[in-house]
Amino acid sequence: MRLATRSRLSSGGVLSLPLVWTFLFLFVPYGILFIYSFWEKKFPTFVPAFQFGNYLELIVDPQYVRVLLRTIKIAGLVSLLSLLLAYPYAYFLVHKVTRPGVRLVLYMAVVLPLWVSYLLRAYTWKTILGTQGVLNSFLVSTGILSEPSSVFLYNQTAMVVTLTYVFIPFMVMPIYAALEKIPRNLTEASRDLGMSALQTFVRVTLPLSMPGVIAGFTMTFCLSFGDFIAPFLVGGPDGMMIANVIATQFGAALNWPLGSALALVMLVIVLTIITLSDRLQGVGKGKYA
Amino acid sequence: MSEVIRIENLRKEFGDVIGVADVSLSIERGEYVTLLGPSGCGKSTLLRMIGGFEAPTSGTIWLDGEDVTDLPPNQRAVNMVFQDYALFPHMTVGQNVGYGLRVSGVPRAQIRARVAETLSLVGLTDKADASPAELSGGQRQRVALARAIVRRPKVLLLDEPLSALDANLREQMQVELRNLHDRVGLTFVMVTHDQSEALVMSDRVVVMRDGRVSQSGDPVSLYDAPANSYVADFIGATNLFSSPVKVSGGKILVSCFGQELEIDHPAVGDAPVGNAPAGERLFGFRPEKARLIRSNGSVPGGNCLKGRVETVLYHGATIRSVVVVGDGRILVDTLLDDTFDPARHVGAGDEVFLDIEPHKIMPFSRDGAS
Repeated sequence: MRLATRSRLSSGGVLSLPLVWTFLFLFVPYGILFIYSFWEKKFPTFVPAFQFGNYLELIVDPQYVRVLLRTIKIAGLVSLLSLLLAYPYAYFLVHKVTRPGVRLVLYMAVVLPLWVSYLLRAYTWKTILGTQGVLNSFLVSTGILSEPSSVFLYNQTAMVVTLTYVFIPFMVMPIYAALEKIPRNLTEASRDLGMSALQTFVRVTLPLSMPGVIAGFTMTFCLSFGDFIAPFLVGGPDGMMIANVIATQFGAALNWPLGSALALVMLVIVLTIITLSDRLQGVGKGKYA
Repeated sequence: MSEVIRIENLRKEFGDVIGVADVSLSIERGEYVTLLGPSGCGKSTLLRMIGGFEAPTSGTIWLDGEDVTDLPPNQRAVNMVFQDYALFPHMTVGQNVGYGLRVSGVPRAQIRARVAETLSLVGLTDKADASPAELSGGQRQRVALARAIVRRPKVLLLDEPLSALDANLREQMQVELRNLHDRVGLTFVMVTHDQSEALVMSDRVVVMRDGRVSQSGDPVSLYDAPANSYVADFIGATNLFSSPVKVSGGKILVSCFGQELEIDHPAVGDAPVGNAPAGERLFGFRPEKARLIRSNGSVPGGNCLKGRVETVLYHGATIRSVVVVGDGRILVDTLLDDTFDPARHVGAGDEVFLDIEPHKIMPFSRDGAS
């Protein structure tokens, strides 16, 4: 009895610091945002109130919906492109690279960029896609273009490319893990039972790697969805995403209540996606028993 | 009977390591053949080459008259039961069993019928909609079997099919598997490292060592007439000793740990006479072929060794006595039948005589590899 009490106390002690931390730096800020979202904009700043005008404005004013849809579109494209690039790469690593050393090097080649500042990696694409950039110099020197073009930078395509580059490790890692976890004899059994290599992939490997695909998709989508830097660096006028709008509300527009409302809407969307993803993953739980 | 598999000079090298060294083997239709040997002897590699999962370095595999050496697994009429079953976790039991039929363009209704029929064959009719994760080890084993036989392969390959089961279930499945073989009439080729499993289940046991076939034969002949000391030692226990052969007074005599024994075997009739070490051979006898006699001071007649009991091990149906003879140890098994009297049996420390009939001593070649 006393032992149980003591162990409960000590486990409380171990957990208390992270709990305090989480409370102070996660729940309190969200609480503040939540309260602000009901306040009212009164020139030049804003005053306490309890009204739903900010949320109403988000629905009524089409520009917010447009930015939201654009953000979803870009995040979706980034996730899709990442998936199309990451899956074959992870498959290649797991199934075609037989030497563990080579596999490690190729895997680290994907993970290593995460150790470089995110800002730097995004900025790199400015130097690749810009008018003085690597791509233009190459195209001009090979004679494909007569003069540097400005079509590569400051648009949504540039954002998708940049964000894909930045977030693709988060797609490769879970897919690699999922593929590696599939027992090799399952594919052998499928071949043994008369299926070709392609049929085996469609019926065994792909379904069993779906948890990795879902995890990767969720991560790249949520990370791109909340991104603020890429639109700022390579996005241009029609590349603004929801995080930039929020930043503007807290900055130049000085409309914290509206910014808070927008931030909470975004939070709800991301939490919904994560919950859905969890559900989908739960379907495939406990498989390798 | 006709031949269903013919393997000719099959060889598999993994870099510098030779997995299978020029094995030739013929398997009859309907036969239950076991590939037996310790780990690393090449038995699994041989099985995987028949299945198409390993490409041979050289040699040929004929399946029912067709050269399948270079065919991928999905184009061979053989199916495999994998060691840890390899059931598809994202499919039900029924889908697992029907998996191999979906490819052959079999109509759905017929797939259902054949799946049901095969599941009833292995006694799992009510589990068709269960997930493999819900099944016990023995049930998964049956699903793996059903999945492999539903396609009616020319040969069923079994890679250590019972090794993941615990002892009781394993013995039960040995009988079931053998019964299933007799019922469905397919050719079974099974890999195992368990000699008793091989003896119980097979029509023919192929004992392998270092990538080669050491001996191939039915269980009785393997046990009674092992071709070499390796087989003698691997299948059952054998008391092995090395000795020159000497002929004296019309008797052939050998020395077992310093004591003389008479042997009587046609194969040593023309053995070299004399004590030259070059003439030394290996001899052996089974522990149950010798009889223990408690010493009462006088030397009994017959073909006897004198020794002292070191340990007595109780095995249920038999008692195994470890007897120290000279600088060697000899095992003697005594059957615990109705005539056995525990009060009169030997105990540790007893001086004993060990009686063995001359014709029960088996001669082997020196290197044991013949």
